[in-house]
Amino acid sequence: MTSPLCLRGGRILDPARGIDRAQDLWIDQGKVAGLGEDAPAALRSRKDVQIVDVRGAVVCPGLIDIHVHLREPGQEEKETIETGVRAAVRGGFAAVACMPNTSPPLDDRPRIEYVRRRAAEIGLARVFPIAAVTVGQQGVELVEIEDLVDAGAVAITDDGKPVRNAEIMRRALELTRELGIPVIQHAEDPDLKGTGVMHEGWVSTRIGLKGIPDIAESVIVARDALLAERTGGRVHVAHVSAARSVQIIRQAKARGIRMTGETAPHYLLLTDEAVAGYSPSTKMNPPLRSERDRDALIEAIVDGTLDCLATDHAPHTDIEKDADFDSAPFGIVGLETALGCYLKALVEPGHLSLSDLIERMTVGAYRVLGRPGGTLEAGAEADVTVFDPESRFTVRASEFESKGRNTPFEGWDLPGRVLMTVVGGRIAYQTATSEATLR
Amino acid sequence: MPTGESVEAVREKAEILDGEGLRRAITRIAHEIVEKNGGAEGLVLAGIRRRGYPLAQRIAAKIREFEGVDVPVGALDITLYRDDLQTIDHQPVVGPTDIPVDIDGKVVVLVDDVLYTGRTVRAALDELIDLGRPRAIRLAVIVDRGHREIPIRADFVGKNVPTSKREVVMVKLEEIDRHDGVSIGEVLT
Amino acid sequence: MIGGKKDLLGLEDLSAQDITGILDTARTFREVLDRPIPKVPSLRGMTAANLFFEPSTRTRLSFELAEKRLSADTVNFQASGSSVSKGETLRDTARNIEAMGIHLVVVRHQASGAPHYLARHLDAGVINAGDGTHEHPTQGLLDLYTMRDQRGRIAGLKVAIIGDVMHSRVARSNIWGLIKLGAEVTVAGPPTMMPAEVERFGVRVAKSVDEAIEGSDVVNILRIQLERQRGALYPSLREYARVYGVTRERLRRARPDVTVMHPGPMNRGVEIAQDVADGEHSVILQQVTNGVAVRMAVLYLLAGRGESPEAPSETPTVEANKSHDEPTLSPRR
Repeated sequence: MTSPLCLRGGRILDPARGIDRAQDLWIDQGKVAGLGEDAPAALRSRKDVQIVDVRGAVVCPGLIDIHVHLREPGQEEKETIETGVRAAVRGGFAAVACMPNTSPPLDDRPRIEYVRRRAAEIGLARVFPIAAVTVGQQGVELVEIEDLVDAGAVAITDDGKPVRNAEIMRRALELTRELGIPVIQHAEDPDLKGTGVMHEGWVSTRIGLKGIPDIAESVIVARDALLAERTGGRVHVAHVSAARSVQIIRQAKARGIRMTGETAPHYLLLTDEAVAGYSPSTKMNPPLRSERDRDALIEAIVDGTLDCLATDHAPHTDIEKDADFDSAPFGIVGLETALGCYLKALVEPGHLSLSDLIERMTVGAYRVLGRPGGTLEAGAEADVTVFDPESRFTVRASEFESKGRNTPFEGWDLPGRVLMTVVGGRIAYQTATSEATLR
Repeated sequence: MPTGESVEAVREKAEILDGEGLRRAITRIAHEIVEKNGGAEGLVLAGIRRRGYPLAQRIAAKIREFEGVDVPVGALDITLYRDDLQTIDHQPVVGPTDIPVDIDGKVVVLVDDVLYTGRTVRAALDELIDLGRPRAIRLAVIVDRGHREIPIRADFVGKNVPTSKREVVMVKLEEIDRHDGVSIGEVLT
Repeated sequence: MIGGKKDLLGLEDLSAQDITGILDTARTFREVLDRPIPKVPSLRGMTAANLFFEPSTRTRLSFELAEKRLSADTVNFQASGSSVSKGETLRDTARNIEAMGIHLVVVRHQASGAPHYLARHLDAGVINAGDGTHEHPTQGLLDLYTMRDQRGRIAGLKVAIIGDVMHSRVARSNIWGLIKLGAEVTVAGPPTMMPAEVERFGVRVAKSVDEAIEGSDVVNILRIQLERQRGALYPSLREYARVYGVTRERLRRARPDVTVMHPGPMNRGVEIAQDVADGEHSVILQQVTNGVAVRMAVLYLLAGRGESPEAPSETPTVEANKSHDEPTLSPRR
């Protein structure tokens, strides 16, 4: 049994309860024991408490990234569950939800159980597996949804590709309606996307790459809003990239449709102009879009149209990414840069308060999954992230724990160095500097 | 504005020929060319760009004065025949080569301002041979300053000037430089 | 060097002065091509590799001829659609070129940006001989050369570009070059073949071919390749010829002395009528000859390590007895 833990003197940010004040955080038995004087006196007087001085740092509920590709089983050359969770805790994430487009896909109980077992063995970040919607992600036959949820799946999605067939989508929404889980949609019309590799616009015209129009995403978002309205099921739109999609989600919410959305850091910090050098580290799906789309996404995060912030962490090998733009695979890594990117994109320019940012990376994301979590309330799972919003770092892909080095942020100067990630009361990650403060 | 040629800071040390001296040298070369050729028939003058070309025109004008014959004058740009494309700092400007007549069976007199290492003349010879098959090729220069790196010798020389390699010989022509004269200078580093 | 760079990847990257410098240099090479021995020793001892990942007869022959007339050694690599993934091929190609000590690389590739990849990974100068639907800079330059030759200038020319602009690298290079040199460019073609926000190039988008041709000095007709689009972008060649084909009738709207151009190979009777292709306005064969001269100029300029030439000046300068006369060795050979 690990000894109790006290994070001393940090700035406690718990958006779920509107708390923002300097206090000690007490942790015992893997749970939050309380803040400051509210922690049991018996605990506070114990001699075996591990005390970490975190004055000057932010102490918040453990971050969760609900859109991560861990690649295991089947594509261990890109990432494994182990390297993925190492990357997660280094980036401040105490939990990740992993996508089912592995090889084979997570479409049956043994595979869901395998992911959970591996994650438990490694014991760093929590891993919530997301199951496929259809067998083999082939878009034809629904998976045994209730069995997979029973096995631990927290949502279903065919991410990597869309649920193209509206009838399948309708049935999936009907079958999940009473289960409390969302159907996560990779919103993309495959015909409109065609063989496109980047956003369709002036830059694609200029540099001669085939475009993916924004409507490739938005028509599916619109269709799914109607399906959600008709079925009463819940659709979560993954990696929203386009202004038109934002508008549809906003209208859907206003009409009481159960639709949520997320976006990823690169859509806020980069536009299609970044693709002009043909670097495959700027190739992802959906693609980096226009300035106008970027502004709309920021606005949607601010007004709550987009509920949470994810990464779409999609590692690939260097060999795959070291190619011409057309041949390189879609996807970039994000776990180890996300917090800094979001601080830079949203908090530094004053779009969002630090507390609201944490909300969208913790409790807001758990709410999307329909799960409790993302708070420092006494009795909650002791998942905690400690970071210094003032301390900056330079992104060096060579230092990543992830196997993927494919980042467009190489060399960027980002705020928000992660000092410590606590998962279930255990320190899963800490920087050398924070280690020095251990008593 | 610099041309493609490398331009260095040069301090002028002494004038070797003034305008009058230069004009006399040109007149003498014109006479020698005609004398050696036994008349002006079958002659073609080919000036090496840039200063060789106006010099060739002047020689032709002299020949017209005392022989009453119009000797054809062409311009030769040897840039494409240089052997140092990859080592020079400035990309040379490629000018046109323009020889107005067929040179087969003719006596072509190459004209240049200064004969130094001989590499320019080597390039000009290569180019001339690509352009046709002259009966003979001769070389006329205003100044021969020595330091040959290739076995090339001028047939007509205005003035032999012993120099050191640190020196430069500058032939100035009204057509290009607004005044005539030949001087010797030193490269400043 | 061209525009301070070791590579020629696109006309977008060049200034008007860079482009004019290339065209002026090409004029000298055009004269060389008319000599009894149409060959100069400028690139003796250098090796040029022609890497064609996509089949092309004309462009490859034109480059090869240009290289030979500059006395370079040439090696050719013609890739077929092999089973190796394209990306790997490009990586391995770059390494092989590096190992073979090649000075100039001419690359044609189906992927836009592939020459940029090679340029980043190689010390050799890279010439884009057409990348995907991006640019074909030497075609753009030879078109500019031909227009200047025919019309005496580029600035102020009214140029109509007709056809599938979206998939045309020729169109992009033409547009960049023409706009930079001050021409007025109008494009026309099926709306499904007009790329997004095309007007941001600075071109006018005409509603019809007739409107585009009206009063033009030059009509540049793009090759249509419907088989590539599998009918999704335009119904048929027959329909295309009817609506967008340049015919003698349509050409009447242009200036009487209009210049008609086509990058080849032509689909006679589709984008260009037979009598237009062979008519008195057509300069299509001159384009081919000029292409060799323009490519010689580009190869020559990139082979030199010095800065690009500046406009010749009549300002008196000291020419240190022709720097050429300095003893030289070429360490890169």
